Amino acid sequence: MTQYDELTEFLLRLGDSALIQAQRLCEWTGRAPAIEEEMGMMNVGLDLVGQARNWYEYAAERINDGTDADVLAFRRDERAFRNLLLVEQPNGDFAVTMTKQFFYDAWQFHLLTILKDAKDERISAIATKSLKEVIYHLRRSSQWVERLGDGTDESHQRMEKAIDAVWRFTVELVEKNAAEMALAESGDIPSLAELPEQWLATVNKVFAKATLTVPDAPSTFYLSARTGMHTEYLGILLAEMQFLQRAYPDASW
Amino acid sequence: MRAGELITTDQQGRSGGEADIQQAYKVLEEVMDPEVPVVSVMDLGIVRDVSWVDGHLKVVVTPTYSGCPATEYIETSIRDALQEAGFAHPKVSQRLDPAWTTDWINEQGRNRLKAYGIAPPVGSSNKRSLLSGITQVECPHCGSKDTEQISEFGSTACKALYRCKSCLEPFDYFKCI
Repeated sequence: MTQYDELTEFLLRLGDSALIQAQRLCEWTGRAPAIEEEMGMMNVGLDLVGQARNWYEYAAERINDGTDADVLAFRRDERAFRNLLLVEQPNGDFAVTMTKQFFYDAWQFHLLTILKDAKDERISAIATKSLKEVIYHLRRSSQWVERLGDGTDESHQRMEKAIDAVWRFTVELVEKNAAEMALAESGDIPSLAELPEQWLATVNKVFAKATLTVPDAPSTFYLSARTGMHTEYLGILLAEMQFLQRAYPDASW
Repeated sequence: MRAGELITTDQQGRSGGEADIQQAYKVLEEVMDPEVPVVSVMDLGIVRDVSWVDGHLKVVVTPTYSGCPATEYIETSIRDALQEAGFAHPKVSQRLDPAWTTDWINEQGRNRLKAYGIAPPVGSSNKRSLLSGITQVECPHCGSKDTEQISEFGSTACKALYRCKSCLEPFDYFKCI
């Protein structure tokens, strides 16, 4: 039986966000400011690709129409992707990349901590596994936010600009969603009611150390990953990421 | 011979008794990690179960990291090694839960890592100690405790990059997860 239901959508949201964030990180290959940081970004990306695959495999089993993790990653169109708008934003400079990474890591950290206790054993197992990796991701991105924010005048200014550029997309990290509340009500996932406050508390804490100002709460706008209404950047990213499988379906090595 | 025995015995006449399982474990002791070829899959603690199911040996492994590219390679190596040792059609499957932790690396594995120039994980993997990130790592080359972290990530996802302030050599640290 095909189950393209709200829980499947939720799994895709997690898988797609991890995959797109990983793809953005890979764009730094050969261009990072230092080789250690390049390795760091590639390793975080690798963890995220693995996490995406775990979520996709579960989603594919639920959809149960012959799809698999590769099909979900490489043969869906932009409107079918459920990733956070935040992660599809261009990398910009290192400050923008780290700001995006930090907002995303903090979201993953709190979300996975909640999902670890899911009654659904599969969700709980993937969340537990992923969380171990995400603790390192968050530690690293928090340190960079602090270092750049509380660094030189220029690094501080660049961080302020970076926050300006991506802050509005964090609305998706803090808005309460009816579908997820319904999933929690039916016991499919634990309640995510605390997530917005927890996320904001981490941002407040790290920004205070980084001497950065937390902007006012962002407001909802017409784009939303939940309906597949993405910013213009996702299509271009997918064109590159999916090219090989689109041009040569089922190619393998 | 009863029908039931036919089903549970493979071509080599193995029936999955204690001796077969023990031999399988011995074979697994020789299957090395492709990235760190001095530690075996048993040293790393990624083999979660070895059993006999429907006339075949079944090995359950758990990945170290979600995206570790060595996982599939390791599964193939395990299958090949067992086949070579005379187990017909061994099956290898993955299990995520409970999630792998560096606490499962055995003493021999830790010593082998160190001898190879990789500092073994320090302490246990509880969340609090991981988030604070304060760890005193001993240089695997000279044994000095005066070391510093260069990067949270090293040559692979499972390692961080350190430098010894005494002997000035850089080294990998096998992170605690």
